[in-house]
Amino acid sequence: MKYIDEFRDGEVAKGIAAAIRQEARPDRRYHFMEFCGGHTHAISRYGVSDLLPENVRMIHGPGCPVCVLPIGRVDQAIRLALEQGVTLCTYGDCLRVPASEHLSLLKAKAKGGDIRMVYSSADAVALAQKHPEKQVVFFAIGFETTTPPTAVAIKQAKALGLANFSVLCCHVLTPSAIASILESPEVRQWGTVPLDGFVGPAHVSTIIGSRPYEFFAEEYRKPVVIAGFEPLDVMQAIRMLIRQVNEGRAEVENEFARAVSREGNLKAQQLVAEVFELRKAFEWRGLNVIPYSALKLRREFAEFDAEERFALDYRPVPDHKACECGAILRGVKKPQDCKLFGTVCTPENPIGSCMVSSEGACAAHYTYGRYKDV
Amino acid sequence: MSEIRKGYVRPLDLKHGQVDMAHGSGGRAMAQLIEELFAKHLGNEWLAQGDDGAVLPPGSGRLVMATDSHVVSPLFFPGGDIGCLSVHGTINDVAVMGAKPLWLSAAFVLEEGFPLAELARIVESMADAAREAGVPVVTGDTKVVERGKGDGVFITTTGVGVLPEGRSLSGRKARPGDAILVSGTLGDHGMAIMAQRESLGFESPIVSDTAALHGLIAALLETGADIHVLRDPTRGGLATTLNEIAQQSGVGMMLRENAMPVKPAVAGACEFLGLDPLYVANEGKVVVICAPQDAERLLSALRAHPLGADAACIGEVRADPHHFVQMTTGFGGKRIVDWLTGEQLPRIC
Repeated sequence: MKYIDEFRDGEVAKGIAAAIRQEARPDRRYHFMEFCGGHTHAISRYGVSDLLPENVRMIHGPGCPVCVLPIGRVDQAIRLALEQGVTLCTYGDCLRVPASEHLSLLKAKAKGGDIRMVYSSADAVALAQKHPEKQVVFFAIGFETTTPPTAVAIKQAKALGLANFSVLCCHVLTPSAIASILESPEVRQWGTVPLDGFVGPAHVSTIIGSRPYEFFAEEYRKPVVIAGFEPLDVMQAIRMLIRQVNEGRAEVENEFARAVSREGNLKAQQLVAEVFELRKAFEWRGLNVIPYSALKLRREFAEFDAEERFALDYRPVPDHKACECGAILRGVKKPQDCKLFGTVCTPENPIGSCMVSSEGACAAHYTYGRYKDV
Repeated sequence: MSEIRKGYVRPLDLKHGQVDMAHGSGGRAMAQLIEELFAKHLGNEWLAQGDDGAVLPPGSGRLVMATDSHVVSPLFFPGGDIGCLSVHGTINDVAVMGAKPLWLSAAFVLEEGFPLAELARIVESMADAAREAGVPVVTGDTKVVERGKGDGVFITTTGVGVLPEGRSLSGRKARPGDAILVSGTLGDHGMAIMAQRESLGFESPIVSDTAALHGLIAALLETGADIHVLRDPTRGGLATTLNEIAQQSGVGMMLRENAMPVKPAVAGACEFLGLDPLYVANEGKVVVICAPQDAERLLSALRAHPLGADAACIGEVRADPHHFVQMTTGFGGKRIVDWLTGEQLPRIC
């Protein structure tokens, strides 16, 4: 496949691996966090860690949209489907996220809820057009990559005058999550999470550009290398991070220049600004409540806000007591440190959200890498 | 004044007619549907008896029986439809046991309102597939459910075949050192179905691989090679099939990603949808696990057959107390090829 195989070439990988081995100083360790679940998946799926020397280790970050979705938000979606009788549309990954009372959207569907998997927010709008007698709610999740399509759907619904379409908005912001990691006591005070730099987001950065990360490089002295989601991208970014660390630099570098610019996609940014505004606070799974870390619909679009339309209140729900998803999302623990991992918590019966999506640290390690634990 | 002809029964309206509840009531309407549609196309000496069951001659060897329900959506897809799929699927289940498939039964669950024209297309396709395979449908059943209680047509077929004395193939027989072969490209059927789904809005040249494999399998068995396991990697794809075998046999496997035969269009569509071709269904492929010294001979036999032109050796069986199916990636790393979690594609067969 053209434009794909080039970025998965095993021979090129060998070359970069050799360069990394040569450049990584044997007298120190390197700990880099890949923020995105897309990178976590690529690292596990292609066996990137197998090509890295022992003193270069990757820490999985919180950038997996369904992993950071707190139980209370999934509960809201389930309540809409089961109690208010709406047609709830969402992306496939959301369906299996565990919620309260041993439910998930998939189980709520089996209980009779009208819950549909869609590939795009436009499908939800089309469904609302086709079924004027039903209230259609799009359960919108994800980081900056999935936000512009939700904005388009809302604008489209407004233009069409659709009275039966609304959005349960759970869109979150990448820079807030990175700041939360850097401000966490494990990184800042106790030093229990050694962090020498970030592999920066791929798709998110195509929208927001590389500029928002400059603050982290300057303020926290952490190098950031934005990388694509192909395994060679990740390898090359790791090599660039090692160089920055060796040279004492902390800059934002862009390995993914074929898709990311400093300014990002201005049209998408403008669209998002037009439809959404910052929430004062939003609960994340694992990272707790982070101020100004998520979006809600602006007043002008309030009629399409499902929380308003259905007078939904938010009730936070604590995670399962033994579930380590929170610590795993902050990079404090590894999946195999969790007592539940691979025993009662498996991709078939996830207890925590990190075991759900293929981008989740637990699911990626269980699916691709657990042979290393035995 | 119109003349009323004696002995004339108005035939089924195969152009505009629909299935209604009377077609499943056991009355004259049902008899007419069976006669003018099912018996007409599938006709053979057993169906012609019109009895509740078929009386069949005893075969030489042990009997093998397999059954399969088909609920694919859409009913018609590039490369086939639910009719031929229901014939191929069950023939393949009998054939991978090492048996020669002899007879099929077919049970239809029809939804009220289903167009008779489409039913006729499906039955014709079934008849063609059965004729081509030389495996007749000797008995059947039809039921009709109310509108909204089905999805057009569901077909359950059961196959009976004979297994010669002394031959025994089973998913329990994979041994460390065995070679793992696959008869052709992976994921064609699942992606052909997927590309048909309107919500995806893309067109593709991908065609289902649905085919009866008993001819190909007979050719493999004739070589006299030491074959331990045959299985058709349908739902859940190759990955799921190999995990089943690893579990049954109590072994592990090591695959080579670079050796996997995948058509570029299938690889592209999978990439686009975030799917892995190793988990996408096939309906005309067989996995062969054999003694390592016979791998080359079997590969040649596969490639000599039209249904096995893209056959490849994709890995080998290893001793592993954890029964992991692993793979060396094209990238140079290693990973598990796990069981399928949840459903990757809905209703594909």
